[in-house]
Amino acid sequence: MSAALKSEFLDVTAIRKDFPILAQTVHGKKLVYLDSGASAQKPRMVIDAMMHCMEAQYANVHRGLHWMSERTSDAYEAVRDKTAAFLNAASREEIIFTRNATESINLIAHTYGRAILKPGDAIVISEMEHHANIVPWQMLRDSHGIELRIAKITDSGELDFTSLEEKFADGKVKLLAITHMSNVLGTYTPVERLAAFAHAHGAKILLDGSQAVVHRQVDLQAIDADFYVFSGHKLYGPTGIGVLYAKRELLDAMPPFLGGGDMIASVSYERSTWAKPPYRFEAGTPAIIETIGLGAAIDYVLSIGFPAIAAHERALTDHGLATLSKIEGLRILGAAQDRGGVISFTMEGAHAHDIATLLDRQGIAVRAGHHCAEPLMGRMGVTSTARATFAMYTSMEEIDALATGLLRVKQVFA
Amino acid sequence: MSETADLYQAIIMDRTKNPRHAGKPPHFNREGHGDNPMCGDRIHVYVADDGTQVHHESRGCAIMIASAELMADAVAGLTADAIAERRKAFEAMVTTGTTNPTLGDLNALSGVSEYRSRIRCATLPWSALTAALEGAK
Ligand SMILES: Cc1ncc(COP(=O)(O)O)c(C=O)c1O
Repeated sequence: MSAALKSEFLDVTAIRKDFPILAQTVHGKKLVYLDSGASAQKPRMVIDAMMHCMEAQYANVHRGLHWMSERTSDAYEAVRDKTAAFLNAASREEIIFTRNATESINLIAHTYGRAILKPGDAIVISEMEHHANIVPWQMLRDSHGIELRIAKITDSGELDFTSLEEKFADGKVKLLAITHMSNVLGTYTPVERLAAFAHAHGAKILLDGSQAVVHRQVDLQAIDADFYVFSGHKLYGPTGIGVLYAKRELLDAMPPFLGGGDMIASVSYERSTWAKPPYRFEAGTPAIIETIGLGAAIDYVLSIGFPAIAAHERALTDHGLATLSKIEGLRILGAAQDRGGVISFTMEGAHAHDIATLLDRQGIAVRAGHHCAEPLMGRMGVTSTARATFAMYTSMEEIDALATGLLRVKQVFA
Repeated sequence: MSETADLYQAIIMDRTKNPRHAGKPPHFNREGHGDNPMCGDRIHVYVADDGTQVHHESRGCAIMIASAELMADAVAGLTADAIAERRKAFEAMVTTGTTNPTLGDLNALSGVSEYRSRIRCATLPWSALTAALEGAK
C-alpha cells in the first residue's frame, strides 16, 4: 500500500512534467529512474536556460568590451551570487566554479594542500568517503609527505566519534575532509559538530556536499565550514560545472591551481601576478553555458523549496526502507538515524550486477557496483551492492515498482 | 521474465550455482588475474599445463562465474594457440550476439551482446586466462 502520486508535501505529478526525460520508455517499459544519486535528470527550466544562452545571449566572459560579452558576463556572475546565497556563504568571492566536486577537491589538495599544509601534518578522512575524497589525499600524501588517517564508522554506518578523537589526539591533524552525506549509506554527518570539533583541534574542515546539497538546505555560515564542494549535475543541473566554496582568508592565502588567462593580474616573461579570488582559481574560459544552467537549477530547486523536498524524500525513504526490508534475503547497508534517500542493498544469491540487469529489463534504473567507495564496501563486508537513490521527482509508485522488480529477481535467482 | 531468459539461460544459472572448476587446485603451473574496476569483480585463474586444466577463484556476477566455468570446459586439453583462437571467436560472439557452432556451450552467453555493460563480465575470465598463459611460469 502506498500513497497516491500526489504526495502530501509536493505535487510529484506536476514536478515530473518539468523533467522531459521522465516520459521516456526503456526496453518498452516506463522509465523508473532510481539513479539520481549518480546524476540527476534535468528540468525544462535548466534546458531552456542553456538553450537561451546559446541562442540569444552568448559570448566569452570577462574579456569582451561588446554588448554580448558584457551581458554574458553579467549572467555568469549572477550565478556566483545565486550560489553564494544558496549556500549562505559570507561573500560571492568565496564561490569558485570548477568542473565538478572531484576537481574542487583536487584544487584544494593542490593549492591548500601543497602551500599551506606541511610535511608531517595529518589529514583525517572517514571510512565512508567517495574515491574523490580519498585519492587526492593519497596523492598529496605520496608527493608531499602528508599523513593520511582514516576515522572509523560504526556498523550502523555513522561516524565513530571515539575513533575521530583518537585520530586527532596527537595534534598533528590540520584538515578533516569528510562527506556531508554518504553516497552509499545515505548517512548525514553531524557537520556543525564536526566543524566545531575540527576547529577546537586547530584543524580546518572540508565537507563533500555532493549528495547533501541536493536534499537539504545548506547554511555554510551556520555550519562554519572552511571548504565545501559539490557538482551541478547531481543538483538537477548540467555536467561540467562544479562548485568550490572556501572561506575568504583561506582563498587569499592559496596559490593558483591552473595557470592561464583570467587568473592573472599581470603577466610578463619574468613574472606573473595572480588575480584575487575567485578569479585566481578560474583559469581559462569557464563552462559558461553550464554555469547558466546551474543557476537555473538552483532557481528551480528553490522554487520547490527544501522543506517540501526534504519532507517528500523522507517519506520516500521511510517507504523504501519499510518495503525493501520485507523482502527476504535482502540486506540494506547502514542504519544511520539521520539518513537520506540512498538505499544500498545486497540480495542473497544474486550479484548486484545481475540485480541491476534484471531490473533494467523492467525499465528500472539502479546503480550496481562499489559506487566509487571500494574501501567502504570492504568495511561493510560486501564487494558490491545495488543502490536505489531518490530525488524530488521520485514517486511512491516507483518504489513499489522496485520492490516488485526485486521479487522477480528473487524468482530468477531462487 | 521472458525479457531476460535470453541472458540468464538455464545453463548459466546452473553453472553459477553449481560450479565445477571453482577453487584453487593442489597443482598448477601458471596463474593469472582479472579485475573489473567498474564493479569490483575479480577472478584468479589457475592453469595446469598438462592438458590445460583451468580452475578459477571468482568473486562476481552470475555471468562472470558461468563464463569462467564454460571457459574451463572449453579450453580443456587445448594448446595455447588454440585457446587464443577460441578467445577471439568467443569475444566476437559475445560482442555481435551471433552464435558460432564451434563454440558449443559458450554460445549460451551470446545474450550479453544486448547488455553492453555486461560484455566485460563475460570476457573477464578469458583476459585472466590469457594473462596466465602469457605470464611467467
Ligand atoms: C559523495 C560524493 N562525492 C563526490 C562525488 C564525485 O562527483 P563528481 O564525479 O561529479 O566529481 C560523488 C559522485 O558520485 C559523490 O556521491
